[in-house]
Amino acid sequence: MPAIEVILGGAILGGLYALVAIGFNLQFGMARIVNLAYGEFLMGAAFAAFWMFTLASINPILGMVLSVPVTFGANWLVYRVLMTPLVRRARTREQLEGDTILATFGLLFVLRGAATLAFSADNRFYNYLGEPLNIFGFTFAANRVLAFALACVFAVVIFIVLNRTRFGTALRALAIDPVGAELVGIDVRSLSGIAFAGGGALVAAAGTLVSTFLTFNPAIGIEFTMKALVVVIMGGVGNMAGSFIAGLLLGIAESLCSYYVDSGLTLAVAYALFLIVLVVRPRGLFGTP
Amino acid sequence: MHTRLRRIAAAATVATLGTFAAAPVSAADAPKSIRIGYAISLSGVNAQGAATTTLPGYDLWVKDVNDAGGIMVKEFGKKIPLEVAAKYDDTSSAETLLRLEEKLMSQDKVDFVLPPWSTGFNLAVAPIFAKYGYPQLAVTANANDEVQLVKQFPTLFFFLNQPAHFGGALIEVLNKFKSAGQLNNKIAMLSVGDQFGAEMSAGFGAGLKASGYDIVLQKSYPLGAADLTNEIKEAKASGADTFIAASYPPDTFMLTGTAITQGYNPKVFYTAVGTAFAEYGGNFKDKVQGVMGIGGWDPNLPGAQDYYKRQLAVTGHAPDGWASPVTYASLQILQQAIEKAGTLDRKKVLDTIANGGPWNTVVGPIDLKTHIREHQIGAGQWQGGQFVGVSPSDFPGVKPVIFPKPAW
Amino acid sequence: MAGSVESDEDKQRRRRRAMAAIAALTVIVAVLAAVPWLTSDYGLAFMVNVMCYLVLTVAWALFSGTTRLVSLATSAFFGVGMYTVAMLIKTLPLYATFAVAIGVGAALALVVGVLTLRISGMFFVIFSFGLSEMIRELMVWWEINQTHTMGRYVFVPFDTTLIYEHLLGLVVLVFLVGWQLRRSRLGLALLVIGEDETVARQVGINVPFAKVAIFVVSAMFMSLAGALMAPRFGFINPNFAFNPLVSFQVVIMAFLGGLKRLWGPVLGVIPLIIFSELLQTEFPFWYSVLLGLVFMVIVYFLPDGVTGLLEEFWKALGRPLDLPRGLTGPLLDAWAWLSRPISLPRGIAGAIEERWSKIMPPAKEKR
Repeated sequence: MPAIEVILGGAILGGLYALVAIGFNLQFGMARIVNLAYGEFLMGAAFAAFWMFTLASINPILGMVLSVPVTFGANWLVYRVLMTPLVRRARTREQLEGDTILATFGLLFVLRGAATLAFSADNRFYNYLGEPLNIFGFTFAANRVLAFALACVFAVVIFIVLNRTRFGTALRALAIDPVGAELVGIDVRSLSGIAFAGGGALVAAAGTLVSTFLTFNPAIGIEFTMKALVVVIMGGVGNMAGSFIAGLLLGIAESLCSYYVDSGLTLAVAYALFLIVLVVRPRGLFGTP
Repeated sequence: MHTRLRRIAAAATVATLGTFAAAPVSAADAPKSIRIGYAISLSGVNAQGAATTTLPGYDLWVKDVNDAGGIMVKEFGKKIPLEVAAKYDDTSSAETLLRLEEKLMSQDKVDFVLPPWSTGFNLAVAPIFAKYGYPQLAVTANANDEVQLVKQFPTLFFFLNQPAHFGGALIEVLNKFKSAGQLNNKIAMLSVGDQFGAEMSAGFGAGLKASGYDIVLQKSYPLGAADLTNEIKEAKASGADTFIAASYPPDTFMLTGTAITQGYNPKVFYTAVGTAFAEYGGNFKDKVQGVMGIGGWDPNLPGAQDYYKRQLAVTGHAPDGWASPVTYASLQILQQAIEKAGTLDRKKVLDTIANGGPWNTVVGPIDLKTHIREHQIGAGQWQGGQFVGVSPSDFPGVKPVIFPKPAW
Repeated sequence: MAGSVESDEDKQRRRRRAMAAIAALTVIVAVLAAVPWLTSDYGLAFMVNVMCYLVLTVAWALFSGTTRLVSLATSAFFGVGMYTVAMLIKTLPLYATFAVAIGVGAALALVVGVLTLRISGMFFVIFSFGLSEMIRELMVWWEINQTHTMGRYVFVPFDTTLIYEHLLGLVVLVFLVGWQLRRSRLGLALLVIGEDETVARQVGINVPFAKVAIFVVSAMFMSLAGALMAPRFGFINPNFAFNPLVSFQVVIMAFLGGLKRLWGPVLGVIPLIIFSELLQTEFPFWYSVLLGLVFMVIVYFLPDGVTGLLEEFWKALGRPLDLPRGLTGPLLDAWAWLSRPISLPRGIAGAIEERWSKIMPPAKEKR
């Protein structure tokens, strides 16, 4: 297999990582919440797509019309009910981070256990658009290419919202300085809630896309959370473009490692990249300090 | 400690009384049932394998024995029925399994413990079985070190031979076509990242190299891997005529599906565990024609067809073409050993299993003096909707090989 | 008390109290040491779990309790200790493998600490989150591809009783270290770091050194606990040794028991092990859900853990009972309250929200 095919394949997976990371960035960079249960919502969306497809033959892309707003709402509730008390009682940013890490850590086990109880720990898979597509002479599965394309579409939409609308500017102000944002009249509390919910919506989209070509079970969430964390740190907290590029990089690195070394080392690759960034540029490759 | 003292005192009393009584112990002393327990993967990545190969055999055996009134135990002079006193889900986690086995033996204190599914799990619990003295009739396990292991763990019995034996069966088939010039000597070999995969790729690899084959691709993938497209692509690009996968049911199915999608048609396509499942044929329908797999069985042995029909009728699961009948056979041996030993004492039953053979089973006569079942079919192939044995060629009941595998 | 001099009598009283405490503790330890002969196989297995998690939790609290950096890396060190023994058992005598296990744990902690603790607490926590998973992946890869075998036997004459006694000794040791730490300069420095790192730096404390030092000490205890548990089941594979549930349970036990007192972990470990024995083997997924819920309850409502709760209770008991209107007074109050008309201007949801904002401290002014 020529190296270019490996890299292209990695970029396709990387597009999904980028989407997941952008959503996480909305929650971490803007709402200032470290959500360790982030991947569980991805898993939930994957199962939702699975049940909709196998029971009601609903096209998963169409199914997103349902699952994305639902996850948006669910995450908004999570923020209002679970995160707001922590936000209120935190005196410093570090304390908020610490408290949210603990609270979402517990939430992770609750969600994962509930999903395993409801769906059983077995692997699930469904066949949607599994036909091979020919791109530049290389064969890729249609569902993967579609997932990549949609991930890019979502990313572009987010960019436009963040950079060209007042709403987006307010969000960016939140990321840079919440106190200053409050001073200029931005309702930090409700905007953070919306940012958090937005992150959840993005991860639901990613979960649906992932479910079209990967085998999944209730335990996949944690790996995606870890990779989201790594990509966000690499790209710079609060920097959406950085997350996108870092996500692509992670996908390509994983694919290269899988081809040249072993496909069971994906986390090790992510951590190696994480360590390199930590040592060389702790701010992130493109981060704002 | 008090319980222990009490038990010793009770045993001494019974022994004393027993020597005075001329008549055998009355039937009134017999336990109500023979308590069986097992911990197995009811959920998780190993669940599919356990549900196809092992569980139906356990269920069928209990039903068959109880339909006949139970197992005759001479010590109590009557037939005693089986009772599944404890059945736990190890959720495909070795740690949970270890704790559950210890629970079965030290807390639930069942009479006999049936083994779990998979090579890795059977090897994991071997020390516990040995520590508590429970016979371990490991069916779904094969390891390169079997001879060494049964010496280390005197309670362990292997019903499947070493991977080298299965490798040898496949190599015999390959040699026939290589020497006729129809097959090149390149091999593409994938293995699942678990004990079974490691053992099989090591065992097969050594044999293949020794027979002059060149393993141009050798890669492992994690257990429960979500996607194997790259691996199939690499195999396709390697130019090998023979594809071997030391795989488990989830990946066996996934590799086959991916190979079909990618249009990968090597002359020999061989996957391991799962190939012999009825679901494999059911899932891929007529595309499975010519696919080779590990194991195989002879449906024409006495009792085999009857067993097949009964298992399908009772449990709804058709036996697979490899380890399902062996599972049932191992339980037949347990029953016959209890009957022959005349007691439920585990040490005596253990000795009888080893030395009381050969035993009559649905896979033919089995002798366990070496604690390993030696002679068996090594490789099978799907022919006309049936998974039949094809190697070693001197084994009764094997069919000739279809070569090359027809394109998907 | 500044300026006052202790009388000889006070000194005598203190010495007597100290001796009484030491005597009591010695008796407790002696009784615990006799446990293998007092209970069944099953009871001993239970106690082994208790001792193991006690070591892990107290060691965890040495670092995370003082610096307030939540470490999720416990299972990494525990696993490293266990796996080192499994890998070296055929080539080295057992006690030598224990020593190497401690060394490997210390080395890993040093590397992780120096790389992440210098920069930010956040990075450390994130890093610790996946550390054990990553090491597990690496070990699986190593075993499959280099040694061609996934599991290793640790079949040595080191039975459960010996494991128990060694763990008991380790528990005593880690408690001693914790106790000494509170009295030492390092301990004080760590507490200041936990409160406010900037202040610590300004006061001249060598913050990175202190953090890494205590992190390494904590990791050494965890690795030794893992090493001692290696012979427990006779068989180890990477999935078994590196189990993220260990990290999670340790954090819960620490928070449940309370981080303020040295003996807090005891109150966290025992209930959780009982809980886990009842549920984990037969209902593992219910266990996961309930554990998560318990943890969230602790984070939201019991930041001081059970010890905090108990101390409040004790203090409340110590207060004199104050009933100016006797018993009938409160009863009349209750009746009047029950007779009030139910008024929910904002509906049930509004009522819940009001109650919630009363439970949680009201919004503070930011900075």
